[in-house]
Amino acid sequence: MSFFFQTNRLTKHFGGITAVSDLSFEAGIGEIKGIIGPNGAGKTTFFHLISGIYPPTRGKIFFAGKDITGLKPFKICSLGICRTFQNVQLFDNLTALENVMVGRHSRSWSGFLKCGLGVPNAQREEEKIREKALEQLTLVGLEMRCQELGVNLPFGEQRLLELARALASEPKLLLLDEPISGLNETESHRLASVIRKIQEKGITILLVEHHMDFVMNICDEIIVLNYGEKIAEGTPDMIQNDPRVVEAYLGKEIEESAHVGS
Amino acid sequence: MDLFSQLFQLFVTGITIGSIYAMVAVGFNMIYNATDVVNFAQGEFVMIGGMVMVSLHSTFGISMPLAFLLTVGIVTGVGIAFERFTINPLKKPTLITLILITIAVSFLLRGIAMFIWGKDSLPLPAFSGEKPIVLWGAAVLPQTLWIIGMIIVLVGFLTYFFKFTLKGKALRATAINRDAASLMGIDVKKMIMFSFAMSAAIGAVAGMIITPITLIEYDRGPIFGIKGFCAAILGGIGNSGGAVVAGLIIGILESFGAGLLSSGYKDAIAFLIMLLILFLRPGGLLGKYEVE
Amino acid sequence: MKSDHKLLLLFAAGLVIFPWVITNPYYISVLVFVGIHSLLAMGLTLLLGFAGQISLCQAAFFGIGAYTSGILTTKFGVNPWFAIVIAIGFTGTISVILGIPALKLRGHYLAMATLGFGEIVNIILREWVNITGGPSGLTGIPRLNFAGITLDTEVKYYFFIWVIVLGVMVFLLNLVRSRVGRALQALNRTEQAAEVMGIPVSQYKIKTFALSSVLSSLAGSLYAHFITVISPESYSIVFSLVILAMVIVGGMTSLWGSILGAFVMTIVPEYLRVFEDWDVIIYGVILLSILMFIPKGLVYGLQRLFRGTLKLFQVN
Repeated sequence: MSFFFQTNRLTKHFGGITAVSDLSFEAGIGEIKGIIGPNGAGKTTFFHLISGIYPPTRGKIFFAGKDITGLKPFKICSLGICRTFQNVQLFDNLTALENVMVGRHSRSWSGFLKCGLGVPNAQREEEKIREKALEQLTLVGLEMRCQELGVNLPFGEQRLLELARALASEPKLLLLDEPISGLNETESHRLASVIRKIQEKGITILLVEHHMDFVMNICDEIIVLNYGEKIAEGTPDMIQNDPRVVEAYLGKEIEESAHVGS
Repeated sequence: MDLFSQLFQLFVTGITIGSIYAMVAVGFNMIYNATDVVNFAQGEFVMIGGMVMVSLHSTFGISMPLAFLLTVGIVTGVGIAFERFTINPLKKPTLITLILITIAVSFLLRGIAMFIWGKDSLPLPAFSGEKPIVLWGAAVLPQTLWIIGMIIVLVGFLTYFFKFTLKGKALRATAINRDAASLMGIDVKKMIMFSFAMSAAIGAVAGMIITPITLIEYDRGPIFGIKGFCAAILGGIGNSGGAVVAGLIIGILESFGAGLLSSGYKDAIAFLIMLLILFLRPGGLLGKYEVE
Repeated sequence: MKSDHKLLLLFAAGLVIFPWVITNPYYISVLVFVGIHSLLAMGLTLLLGFAGQISLCQAAFFGIGAYTSGILTTKFGVNPWFAIVIAIGFTGTISVILGIPALKLRGHYLAMATLGFGEIVNIILREWVNITGGPSGLTGIPRLNFAGITLDTEVKYYFFIWVIVLGVMVFLLNLVRSRVGRALQALNRTEQAAEVMGIPVSQYKIKTFALSSVLSSLAGSLYAHFITVISPESYSIVFSLVILAMVIVGGMTSLWGSILGAFVMTIVPEYLRVFEDWDVIIYGVILLSILMFIPKGLVYGLQRLFRGTLKLFQVN
């Protein structure tokens, strides 16, 4: 049985530390899967492995029938996987629109020579890049911010901007790393509705988050990581009632959520 | 001269000049550790040290020991002025701005030196006579012994300073984590000024002890600076023990290269070594393998 | 982009008028050097200001270009134009070979790697006497001949150089406004996010490095055919630092800044110096003043000053 996205016994060692251990995981087209776990459980490392930032020590990653293990990040992006970052990595020297236009890089082709010479082909492509980027900005509701430096936007809008940028690359699989962390209630709702819009387009989403309500509400299935290993997997109901999870993690998490600012 | 004597001669020449590279590298590390800045004007401290000593001793007739101390004082003053007037006033400068400032100051110091002392190579009498000592068939200049002695003293002093004095420990703390050090009550700005002062002093000493052998002129700074930097990289930047060993290694390799292969290309040796280290093991021989 | 075009036309007009107003060939030759330095500065601005990669070996590529042209034309009788093309190819290749390991480094380490390389090149130019003529260098480099006109006067070379500079300027302005330019600015900030967004970071860094080295090489060849005599001292770390100073003084993230910087750092020393070697101290003073008072460079300083007028042109 082959899934749209699949990891097979994925493992990552850093010197003496095992960040991710023997992680096998699948996702089908159009699903939203949540990944939860205490801090340091290996969630972000998992994302780094998928997006190609780290090569895995062992194990394989398959996407749309291809073995993408060990490919470089830019190749993985062109194959249709994109992501956002836990700490929002916008390009602070570019405007909001330009940030999203960078997202179109993998869907455009003019190189140094064509761009420098300003050939009509390149100019037309540039127009299309701008158009598509504006579309994504509009989707997340930021079209009036397009000329502002991305980094000058309020934090909630920065997260939306990063999302628009990732969407501009026309991903079939989207990795969201704590997309609502640091957002207030209104901002979270706004982002949640955007995520639903994305799901309606048939894009598969993997979501790392700490806010339990959000995760339980939006995800089809959830996996729980602890110390780099998968300790539980199932529907939100199953996870909430899984005694191992409740004991080892959710109890801690509810405390943490209460303290984490909203 | 038989082969052993020849090789020993090259070895002696090597550790002579290598000691200077070592001192320059130590000076670099001092400032780098406190500020993350690579001081492109480090070589100029060496040059000015030599020049000032020449003026004080040969022009003004001040006795050598006194001139030595005065020169250290003057060049330290230059280092402090440098830090106070150009580095300190900046509010949140970027790393590249700081590096560029050191580059600009190096131009300035070089230009001023040319203005004051002209373009000629200036000599300095050796500290204790010119008559070479014959050791194992090789002619060893007494000045070389001064240089070796000086580097031993320097290493000893720095070890003592960083391990046992309060200021030294404060400086180490600043190097490891500036914010934490500041929270602990260490005046980070003072530490930075102090690192420049010490760096300048070490540079001055290097300049004074090498001038009797190699003479000094206004544009000698970059040569010492760049090779000293190669030593700092080879030893692992920020690692002073490594810097000393690396400086000596580079000096020796250079000397053997000049003696056995070709003297014109000898300068390239230091740079080739540096490139190899950077490409293969940027943390230096004694540093970490991977570097940010 | 429209505003750049206006500025280009204005600048071109100024360039055309200049030699009619100031006919002294010495001043015209100074502007030839400004043009040559502009090519060097533009390449470094692209590499440093946009892609964020420090290089201290621009003078080395300048030297490789000059010497390749010089050697091929004087010792092997190669047609000067072919020689320029060969020089560009040669320099570009060397820069890629250097760039592949070097551009894996960041910050200080990259700076020192390029510096080390630059010094090695300088030493080779000085020591390989059979080919390069050693410390005395090469003489008798032939003039360029374009469509029957021999470029042997200051005025002719002046127009020739500035046509090239403006051409390169148009190319680079197009480039930085395009997806490539955005990609470079992105990888300048965070390589990780840039790569995840589909930008082939290593490849782009190397290409940019190669492009800047090619511009330096071109500048070198054009320099050689202008002054007809070259020697190794011009191609040292000190000159690389001067080019860096030009970029910073003008404004690191502005292509117009590179021309302005080249202008200031070439003309001011010419104007102020009493003795030939005061250049160094003048460079230092200018660079230091800019860094301390107008750290973003003259272009931005001027923008602040003439905010109203410049809004028309929207200098990048």
